[in-house]
Amino acid sequence: MSVTRIARVTAVFLVVFLAGGAMPAAAQAPVELTFYYPVAVGGPVTKIIDGLAADFQKENPGIKVKPIYAGTYQETIVKVLTALKSGEPPQMSVLLSTDMFTLIDEDAIIPFDEAATSAEDKAWMKSFFPAFMLNSQTGGKTWGIPFQRSTIVLYWNKEAFKEAGLDPNRPPASWAEQAEYARKLTRRDASGNVTQWGLKVPSSGFPYWLFQGFTTQNDVLLMNPAGTETYYDKPAVIEALQYWVDLSQKHKVMPTGIIEWGTTPKDFFERQTAMMWTTTGNLTNVKNNAKFDFGVAMLPAGKRRGSPTGGGNFHIFKKSTPAQQVASLKFIKWISSPARAAQWGIDTGYVAVRPDAWETPVMKQYVAGFPAAAVARDQLQYAVAELSTHDNQRVTKALNDGLQAALTAAKTPEQAMKDAQREAERILRPYRR
Amino acid sequence: MHGWLLLLPAAVLLVTFTHYPTVATLYHSFFSTSKPGRPTAWIGLDNYRNMVEDPVFWQVLANNLWYALATIPLSIALAILMAVWVNGKIPGRGLLRLSFFTPTVLPMIAVANIWLFFYTPGYGLLEQVTGLFGLPSHNWLGSRNTALGCLVIVTVWKEAGFFMIFYLAALQSISPHLTEAASLMGAGRWYFFRRVTFPLLMPTTLFVLVNAVINSFRLVDHIVVMTKGGPDNTTALLLYYIYDVGFKFWDSGYAAALTLVLLVILAAFAMGQFLFLDRRVHYQ
Repeated sequence: MSVTRIARVTAVFLVVFLAGGAMPAAAQAPVELTFYYPVAVGGPVTKIIDGLAADFQKENPGIKVKPIYAGTYQETIVKVLTALKSGEPPQMSVLLSTDMFTLIDEDAIIPFDEAATSAEDKAWMKSFFPAFMLNSQTGGKTWGIPFQRSTIVLYWNKEAFKEAGLDPNRPPASWAEQAEYARKLTRRDASGNVTQWGLKVPSSGFPYWLFQGFTTQNDVLLMNPAGTETYYDKPAVIEALQYWVDLSQKHKVMPTGIIEWGTTPKDFFERQTAMMWTTTGNLTNVKNNAKFDFGVAMLPAGKRRGSPTGGGNFHIFKKSTPAQQVASLKFIKWISSPARAAQWGIDTGYVAVRPDAWETPVMKQYVAGFPAAAVARDQLQYAVAELSTHDNQRVTKALNDGLQAALTAAKTPEQAMKDAQREAERILRPYRR
Repeated sequence: MHGWLLLLPAAVLLVTFTHYPTVATLYHSFFSTSKPGRPTAWIGLDNYRNMVEDPVFWQVLANNLWYALATIPLSIALAILMAVWVNGKIPGRGLLRLSFFTPTVLPMIAVANIWLFFYTPGYGLLEQVTGLFGLPSHNWLGSRNTALGCLVIVTVWKEAGFFMIFYLAALQSISPHLTEAASLMGAGRWYFFRRVTFPLLMPTTLFVLVNAVINSFRLVDHIVVMTKGGPDNTTALLLYYIYDVGFKFWDSGYAAALTLVLLVILAAFAMGQFLFLDRRVHYQ
């Protein structure tokens, strides 16, 4: 017996011994999963998540899910990445779908293709709306599973439409109509001060997201799917920004300066604006607080219809044991089943993420009573991926700064977009290897 | 030996939470941030070179200086005024003191959310008041020229009550004999304040000044809620930018360099105040 042979036999022996010793232990002790999740609005939603985790544990006694409410999306990714850097990341987390490249660059997550290998798993990964998968896949792999996703829609005040002599049941369908309607809806008092604006498109915090509505409608994309290039200074992008700027500076149907995202729904309730663009996630809020008849519509079309998607995906973290990864996948499959996706959509106002969720009886009944809920789903066929690149937040900030500079009239749209593109180029150059 | 042992707890705390982080920050500011395929490496002064070429850095620095120049004198002047007022014998004094101090007690995030609606165009509190006078509506937080001013007002409102407490304590320690003597000599109230009260308040003013300077570089909670640094960085302050670079862009090397700049600025201010102003302060 040679020395190598002895070594080999010992190695086999050791493996068998260790595996034999480890297996029963794994079967006995429950697999623990830490699960970070963000909620844009606290309170009831946290309770729903805790309830779902408890239900899952009842059905799967071998797995223990520990949901940790981690604040806003931004706070959650900060917590996840700092936990990762200190060596103890969670096993799963819901994070903005746009953080995909950041998570890949930090080597934090695994593609679902690695864990979901059976034919059934593969079919499951194909069961979501394709529009939501645009921000979840890159390089031929699936890195995220859609969970709380949204798009932008137009809300309009039917009473204001009637007062302005417009058909209350016909929202604007094109850019020209949008500007025209908004002009008719803008009301001024005797001294020329505006008492009701025609339209508000928020521009604080993350104006790029709403801007993507305009660019998509102008039939132009802001980045390539690999996340290494941006097209901020394409003529069609500048044209889209010009239209947005014109709404306030030329047509004077929207306030000048930056419009605060957080107060826009309230502006709508207070009849400060007759139409607004905001997320479908505000649907329940508007339904509960608007004291007038309102409508929800797809965004008006430019050259085509269009809106970006938004919201959060599930991710599985690399630094977990294989048993934990299998258990995480099981939980994500469980929570994204058609019935639960439907209930989650009804409870929160997010778009149920898979077509078959809309075929469930409970969802059908909900839509029959409240047809506005289906608008976001119908718009998905025109939806594009939300702006997401490597070094995402920095590249996005370049665009945000440019947009705000143009909207506050500090730069022309052309100048603003050229500056933004130059900055984005500088940041992205190292990623094009 | 005994003395060193007594010093030990404080020394451990100071080293762990002050000296070590400072040195570590300095050290990390000479390294690049690791990127995929490029581990972190010694880059010498490159982070500082980037800073000089970074227009946003210069903008936030300028913003912060204007912010400090506006908030510090305003909040101190208001604090003295309020303190002198509630030090006098007036009805409802306790209630008045309480209401001046309330802003200090309230959490900044909650407060900023309320102020957000004060400034809202159209139906906000401010607009309702200006509307009474027939003034046109203005987008307070959404315009380049008023956004920073709006934040200054929130800060002054928040800070003045806090500083008032120190002035109130100082005023009450001023001997009533001085007041009596001055009135016997026929000194007017303004003259008395200028020549007696204010000089006696100088130690407090120095303390408050140090705090006000630190706070003007430290308070950023309301920016997160109210403007997120917008429009186009006009309300971004240095610490807010450091957060952006450190925890949004994950560029820890550059963030370390920026932090060091903040540290140097604050240290310089504190040194100047203690070394220069201290000599001119009259301690009893």
